[in-house]
Order: sequence, then C-alpha cells, then structure tokens
Amino acid sequence: MVRTLVVRGLLLGLLAGLIAGGFAFAFGEPRVDSAIALEEAHVAHDAHGHDRGEEELVGRPGQKAGLFLATGLYGLAVGGIFALAYAGLRGRVGPRSEGGLALAAAGTAFVAVILVPFVKYPANPPAVGDPETINSRTVLYVVMVLVGLAAAVIAVATARRVTAGPWARWTAAALAFLVPVTAAWTLLPTVDEVPEGFPATLLWQFRLASLGTQLVFWTAFGVLFGWVSDRAAGRARAVPATAATPI
Amino acid sequence: MSGMSTPSVIPIPRLRLWLLTVPVLLLIAYLVLMDNGAISQTGAYLHELMHDGRHLLGVPCH
Repeated sequence: MVRTLVVRGLLLGLLAGLIAGGFAFAFGEPRVDSAIALEEAHVAHDAHGHDRGEEELVGRPGQKAGLFLATGLYGLAVGGIFALAYAGLRGRVGPRSEGGLALAAAGTAFVAVILVPFVKYPANPPAVGDPETINSRTVLYVVMVLVGLAAAVIAVATARRVTAGPWARWTAAALAFLVPVTAAWTLLPTVDEVPEGFPATLLWQFRLASLGTQLVFWTAFGVLFGWVSDRAAGRARAVPATAATPI
Repeated sequence: MSGMSTPSVIPIPRLRLWLLTVPVLLLIAYLVLMDNGAISQTGAYLHELMHDGRHLLGVPCH
C-alpha cells in the first residue's frame, strides 16, 4: 500500500520534473543565455567578476542537458516525499476523494513551499547575486520554505477546530496561514543584489519563467498523481465486485 | 465495504519504516539544488551541471 504510493510519487515526480524541464528549456533558457551574455560582457569589460571563462567544468550545452537532470531528480525527490505525506493525510485530513486530495495537497505545496519563499526571495538569473553571500541566502531561503510549510500545517489544524461553517473555517485557515507568513516576510532580512543597470525586463521575464517552471511541475504532478490514484481506487472497488459475481 | 467517500486510512506504524526514505530523498534534493562540493566532494562540478536547473527552479545559486 505505502510502497505503491511511494513508487507512484517517485515515477510521476520524475515525469512531471521532465515536463517542467521542457517548459524551463523553452521559456527560461533564452533568459539564462541573455543574462550570461550580459555577465560575460561585464567580465570582459572589467577583469574581476565570477569565474566562468577559461576552464569551464560544464559547458553551456552540458548545462542545458543538466537542466533536465536537475528538474527530473528534483521531481523524483519531491514526488517521493509528497507520496508519504499523502499516505499520512489520506482519509484523515482534506478531501475524501483520491484525486481531490492529490490536487489539494499539490496546490497547497505550491503555495507554501514555492510561492511563499518566492515572494520574499525571488529567483535570480545568472549575473544577479553575490557569490560571497550564497550560504546566507541559501539559509534564508530554506527558512522561508520551512515557514511556508509550518504555516500550512497551522492553517489546516486551525480550520479543523472551527465548526461554525465553511466561511468561518476558510477565513480562519487564511488568517492562520497569512499571519506567520507575513511576519516572516516582514522580519527576515531583505536580499537585494541586482547589479546596477541590469535590465528590469530581463529580470522580470526570468522570474516569470522560473515561477512558471514550478507551476508547471506542481500542476502536472498534482493532476498525474490524482488521476492515477483515482483510477487505482476505481480498480480496487471493482475487484471485490467482480470477485463476488458467480461465473 | 467503505465505498467512494472513505478511502482506506493507512495506520501510522505501517508508515513509520517508509519515513526512513525521507532523508535519502532530501539528500537527493540537496545535491541537486544546493551542493557546492561540501557533501558531494566533486568541487563545483554538481553546481555547474545543475546550474540552469537551480536558477530556473528558483533556489539561490551563486
């Protein structure tokens, strides 16, 4: 039972990751190329800058292939973890139908783990970001992910305690989610490392492509996981019925 | 027969063993999204290979 769900999460996560990789390749890579071209123009202009150049470990074609490796493996890992959460939630929390729970959980994951951190620490193209601060920026990003996750748990727990009808329940859930998230957005330090003169349009287009990549991943994954789970549930119900039919 | 409205609930003890896969999956995610050589011991290689994915999945990257 759990094994089936975990295998389903791993495989569909891999598939959704590759689909998201296709989106990123089509809509994100042109922006990455533009940003790298700007970066290299700067490096050529004033000798210091970050060390791409003479001896590249992985060339641009390799990095574009690596994009699919990255999104595929990301999907695999996230899909497996999602499946375990789903196994724990099923029949206990959230919608009763398999497909409904898969869609609700994937939607919640996108908002809590992707959108919440994105609003505070949006994605940046190459040439934006100081290599010296990568560790602190990574820690802050992970903190934001954890805040989003914790807020989602608090929101669901709060909603379950409210019995005064659906509107009261949704309002309570929204407040329980937004209060910790807004507090973190306000209190955590701001990161602004966009270099002087970096084109605003390119930055905006890159960030849209990045958010789009995650949206494609979570949509594809939620729909695939829900569809397969609904079909499996349908088969499981059909089996005892046919078994009972005398031949 | 539970029917459509109540999917089977998986007892927590049956989930517990499977939770051991979570650290492995988190390690994969870490290597893909964040490693700069500290754990993989490949220097900047993983960073460079996963470079475009990191930027476009939205995690901080150099």
